[in-house]
This record gives sequence, structure tokens and C-alpha cells, in this order.
Amino acid sequence: MKFASRLVSFDVAPGDPFRPMATPIYQTATFEQEEATGFGSYDYSRSGNPTRTVLEEQIAALENGTRGFCFSSGMAAITCITRLLRSGDEIVAESDLYGGACRLFTRVLERTGITARYADAGDLEAFAGLFSSRTKLVYLESPTNPLLRVVDIRQIADLAHASGALLAVDSSTMSPYLQNPLDLGADIVLHSATKYLCGHSDVTAGAVVVKDDELAKQIYFLQNAEGNAIGPFDAFLFLRGLKTLKLRLDCQQKNAQAIAEWLEAHPQVTGVNYPGLASSPGYLLQRKQARGAGAVLSFTTGSVEVSRRIVEATSMFSICVSFGSINSTISLPGCMSHASVPPEVGKVRELPADLVRISVGIEDAGDLIADLEQAFAATAIAPEEVAEEDASEVA
Amino acid sequence: MSYDEEFQFSTLAVHGGRVPDAHAEAVVFPIFQSATFAQQEVGVTKGHSYSRVSNPTVDALEYAIGALEGTPQAVCFRTGMAAVTTLFLATLKTGDHAILSDVIYGGTVRLFAEILNGLGVSHSSVDTSNPVAVEAAITTHTRIILIETPGNPTMKLSDIAAIAEIARRHGILLAVDNTFLTPLLQRPIELGADISVLSTTKYIEGHNSTVGGSLACHDEKLLERFRLIRKTIGAIQAPLDAWLTLRGLKTLPVRMRAHSESAAAIAGWLEAHPAVSRVYYPGLDSFLQKALAERQQSTFGGMLSFELNAGPAEAIAVMNALKLWIRAESLGGVESLVTHPATATHADIPPETRQRLGITDGLIRLSVGLESADDLIADLRQALDSVFGANQRRSVNHEVCQPAG
Repeated sequence: MKFASRLVSFDVAPGDPFRPMATPIYQTATFEQEEATGFGSYDYSRSGNPTRTVLEEQIAALENGTRGFCFSSGMAAITCITRLLRSGDEIVAESDLYGGACRLFTRVLERTGITARYADAGDLEAFAGLFSSRTKLVYLESPTNPLLRVVDIRQIADLAHASGALLAVDSSTMSPYLQNPLDLGADIVLHSATKYLCGHSDVTAGAVVVKDDELAKQIYFLQNAEGNAIGPFDAFLFLRGLKTLKLRLDCQQKNAQAIAEWLEAHPQVTGVNYPGLASSPGYLLQRKQARGAGAVLSFTTGSVEVSRRIVEATSMFSICVSFGSINSTISLPGCMSHASVPPEVGKVRELPADLVRISVGIEDAGDLIADLEQAFAATAIAPEEVAEEDASEVA
Repeated sequence: MSYDEEFQFSTLAVHGGRVPDAHAEAVVFPIFQSATFAQQEVGVTKGHSYSRVSNPTVDALEYAIGALEGTPQAVCFRTGMAAVTTLFLATLKTGDHAILSDVIYGGTVRLFAEILNGLGVSHSSVDTSNPVAVEAAITTHTRIILIETPGNPTMKLSDIAAIAEIARRHGILLAVDNTFLTPLLQRPIELGADISVLSTTKYIEGHNSTVGGSLACHDEKLLERFRLIRKTIGAIQAPLDAWLTLRGLKTLPVRMRAHSESAAAIAGWLEAHPAVSRVYYPGLDSFLQKALAERQQSTFGGMLSFELNAGPAEAIAVMNALKLWIRAESLGGVESLVTHPATATHADIPPETRQRLGITDGLIRLSVGLESADDLIADLRQALDSVFGANQRRSVNHEVCQPAG
């Protein structure tokens, strides 16, 4: 079956006598036992819930994995993966990493004796140089957020496996429609399902999919032990959102390409990061390992003040964190989603302060471009202002 | 031109009529699952008193539907039938008369036969595809005409602008049930109708996970009357269902495009199949009212029906052989559904009437979902082959059939 069909055609309610089209919401904490010492398929919703099971099996199928696990947030999913490590173990991570993941690795895990090191995975020698005998987990996003760097997943998988480490790939910027990291050699694929998978800015959720049974058993143990699994109602919304994943992304990606090309030609724009542009350094690699460039892009203007004004002058792009929803959003990552990056990591990643990130929605591309056009026009800055500002930046 | 009208539909669906959450600026409007609202002082509210009368989440949905319809805030109901019931209770009294399309949804016929006729409200079922017949059915007691176009299940069309002109001349209301196309593909109010009726259960919510209905019009007095009836009979949409509908509405443009493209491909493929005697889809050149469809619709939608060169037993056998298509009533959702109108949706209609309406025992209705059109066609092919034998297939390659639209 083709992807569009797989999104819609699956058993939404296994064994249910009423054969509904939508998965029932089993909003129950606990399940009656048939006998005092025997349990049925479910006993307690932290351990398992029928609505969640349908979701976890569907997400596993879409990622070409064998077991899926869904969590109450993307961070809960990432946290669960890091629980595979013990005190003394090390993580090697791509430096353009979501701020929340960075905060977890640096401020939380270090208290338990786990350390993380960061490098640009595009510089394979530098990245490989971070490995030690204690490296147990390699962690990356591709394309990265917000710089949209494309990381060669297969190459890093080989590197990780040669050192006996697991490779976990956060594929939130792609979704299984555009990329399947497990097919590229990753051991674990993670998602902030809040983004494209749920797609409507109305659920926070996370997902993990693996293809190895032993790893699956460990993750199930952790999911149940720590109690971070997704709730039944959010699982239902997640399932409902997934059904239009292809339609939404097709539309968002087409809009993103049009906006990226428009930005690239704009005289006030100094750089556009989008792997769908032939001028992008990741263009060919993205074409090789994914089926599209997604709908997140970023650009620079050469001036923090101009960037700030553009963000504030748009009317159709909500200024908010998160991405991947049907409604377009705009942000200054340095001040918002990545503000939680500790300064020592910030030095490695060199996130430009004038970087504007856009997540393109399913609105009309002409309307979105018209809005950006008026925002750019409204932000014209007198040359002397720019000169002063640049001076203060240097200082 | 209002703010909303400046935007394309795909933008409107996401942002149209958006009511910002004043408290927390949430991007998604909250679910106000509250029966009652505190009064600041006795008798003074912030606009909502009791959720049978109005509710902030239902309001948000109503603004969004109004934006799509190009009207003020719509009025939303617990089901499509609650909307239709309110429509007639608000516009008719004892002694009055209504005209209904002869292909109108069976639930509306039942509403008249079992309830309204007993209250002294009469109705005529008219072939509204013929405007002359509509005018001929008007009496001095006629107050409202309700048409459904395309009609279920043979896609028979009624000319909205022509009937609107007749209604206006006689000083009676025209309501159009636009459930099959939604305001995205057909604009009844701009074509001259007074009221647009939707079963939001179908394409508007689009995921087969709620039931609901709406009424939209420009006349504020009529809207107030709908709200009065709604609060009196207790027919308002529930907060959670309103919220789910609002969520579904946002992807309506991308869904309608995919439904329509796949339906056109499937209609063309079926028409070329030797076991199929007739396909009813307004986008096909063979469709008798194609010119009218092109005039009053922007495209042809996701619903179609077809007849086999065989009897009811074969039709049922083909349906039972389908694997991807789900045998279920309703329509307009992400999953492709198949129904046998003669024994399901139209079973209550006497056989001779069914025959006259073209609802033969061999007719199969399809609601095309969001699966890949190739997969849906492959499933139809294997089901037809399993009943009629693969040797019936022509040498032409059915897969590369051009969409008729």
C-alpha cells in the first residue's frame, strides 16, 4: 500500500464489536481483572491502554519499525531514551540540537554522571573525535533545527555502531512521510509528535520507534516504570491528526519551497537555510536520504533589529515556539526555542542572533508571501541605525 | 470586502473567524467544558450564561464556519438533523408548506412524515433538478424550499441560482443542503440562496469522529430565530465536538482537493470498466448535468455512484469483496466508504419511488477517502474481477486513466 493509504487504512479498533471508524477513547485508569490473580490484555493505563496501543502500532508501522512507544511530550520521549544510559556513560550529539534536549543532556543528566559532547556532524573527523569507550548513545536531528543542516544518517550510524553505541535520530522536522531513519541504519527514531505527526498545535506528545526486540523491551520497561506514556485522549487526537499527515505536508512543503525561493531572491535576506534549495549545502544529501525538504526554514538579514521587526510585523505568522503545525509560525530561535541552550554549548553552535525561523503552514502561499513582503517593507531601517547596532554587536 | 474575504480559502480554513483566546493567547481555542458561567454581578455575564444557550468553544466554531460561508457567525447544532429540525421549526407553523428535493436525505423525509405533518405542516417532494417543477409546486402556503445538490446518491443537480430567483419572486426562503460539497466547492448563498445547511459530520469535521450540523445566512433576524429555537429545544453542539469540528475544518481545503482528485480518477476508471454500466459523477463528460456542475461548483467533490451490468446480488458481492473500502454509512471522512443505497441509506423509500429516482438495486455509492487513488482502484479492480472474472477486463490499461476534472 502507498503511504496515503497506510495513513488511513488500518485496524483503528482491533477486536471492537461495534467496528467504529474512529478509535475509541478508553479514558480509564484501570481495567477489571477476570480473576483475582489473572489479568486480561490490560490492567492499568500507565502500563498499557487500548487507545494508545492502536497509536503505537500505527506509528511503528509508519516508521518501518517493530515497536512504537508514545509519550506525553517529545521531551518525555527523549528522556526515556537517555534512561538507557548509566552513570559514567557518554552521549555524542550533533551541535545544532533542540534547546530542550540540550538542557536535558547538560543540566539534568550531568547530575547523574552522564556527559554529553557536541560537534557539527558535517565535520566527520571532529565528530568522530568526540567518541570514547564510554560513548553509548549518538544523538542527532536531521535536518537540524533551526539551521536545517542535513546530517548523513547512514554515515553516523556506521560510526556509532563501530564504537558499540546506539544511534538515536530525532526526525521531527521530517515525519515518517519524508524520512525513515531506521531504514538508514539508526537504532531509534524519535519524534516530537507535537509537530507534524499531530499537526494541529493542539497536543504535546512524543514517539519512539525501534526495530530491535531487546531494545523494545528495555524501552517498554522504562516507559512503564517512569510513567510518561501519552494519555488516552491525546492518543486519540494524535491518531486523528496522523490521518492527514501526507496532505498537510504536501501542502506545507510546496508552500515552504515557494517561500524559500522568494526569500532567496529578496535583497534584505543574507542567507536562507532550506535543504530544498539547490544552493543549500545539504540539497543532494537530503535528496538521497529523504523524500522531501519539509516545511521548516530559517534565514538571516544581517541585523538583529531587522529580524526582530520582521518577526513582529508579520500578521499571519504567529510568533510562537514549536513548528510543524497547519498554521504558520515565526520565531527568533536565539531568544525563544533555543534560549535554554547553555552558554558553553552556545559557543560551539554559533547560532546567528539575526536568525529567523519559519514553520510554514497550509495557508495559501500567496497570502503568506504577501504578509512577509509587507513585513519586510515595514522594517526598513535607516542606514545609521544599522551602523550603530552593528557596532554595539561587536562590543 | 471584509478582512476574511481577502484571503484564499486555505488561509481562511486555518485562520478564518479565529477568535483569539483572550486569557492565554493559546494558538488553539480552549475547550470550555462548562455547563454554566459565573455572573459578574446579578444578571451581568461576559456573553455566556449557560451552555445550552451559547458556549465560547461553539462560538469559535461558528465564527470559523461563518468565515467559510461568507456570512456572519453561523449557528451550530448537535447533529445535522438538529440543524434541519431547527430550520423548519424556525420558518414554519401549522398550515405552512415546504418544498423538498425528491432526493433529499431520508432523515428529513422522516422528520416531515413522523413529526411535522402531524403538526399541520405539509410538504411536497419535487424533482428540483427541474426549476419549472419547483415553481409549479409553490402554493400560497409555501414558506421554504430545501434542496440538496448534488443529490444523494445519483448526484442529480439542482440549479441553485434559478431556484433562488423563483423563491425570491414568490417571497419564500431557499435553503441549500451543501453537505456534499461544502462552501469550498459550492457557494449557495452567493448563488442567491438564503440559508446554507451543513451536516458537519461529513467533510467539515472530516474524520468520522463527531456528529454535528450548522445553519448559515445573512439575515440577522433569522439567525436570532435559529438561536432561539436551538436554546428552546436544546439542540446546541457540545463543546468537545465543536472543538473537534474546528480542528477538522482547518484541513478542509487540502482534504477536499485530495477527495476530488481521487474521485475523478476513480470515476474515469469505473466508466471504462466493462462490468460497469453507468457512473454518476458530475465531472464526467457523460454526466448529463456537467454544464450546470461547471457553472455552480468549483470542482466535483468526493462522492460518486455507479451501476453494474448485473443485478443486486452481484452489487452486494462486489461490495463484500472489497478490502480497502469500508462498508459503512455516512460519507466525507478520511476513510473510503462504500454503501448500497437500496438496502441502506434509502431502504425506507418505497421500491417504485427508488426506481423513479434511479436508485436501482445494482447501484453502489462511494465516498472517496484520502487513501492513494491507485490503491483504491486496485481494490475495486480485484473486487470486480472476483465477481465478474478477470477475462472481462479490456486490454486498455485502466490505471492510467486521466482524471475527468
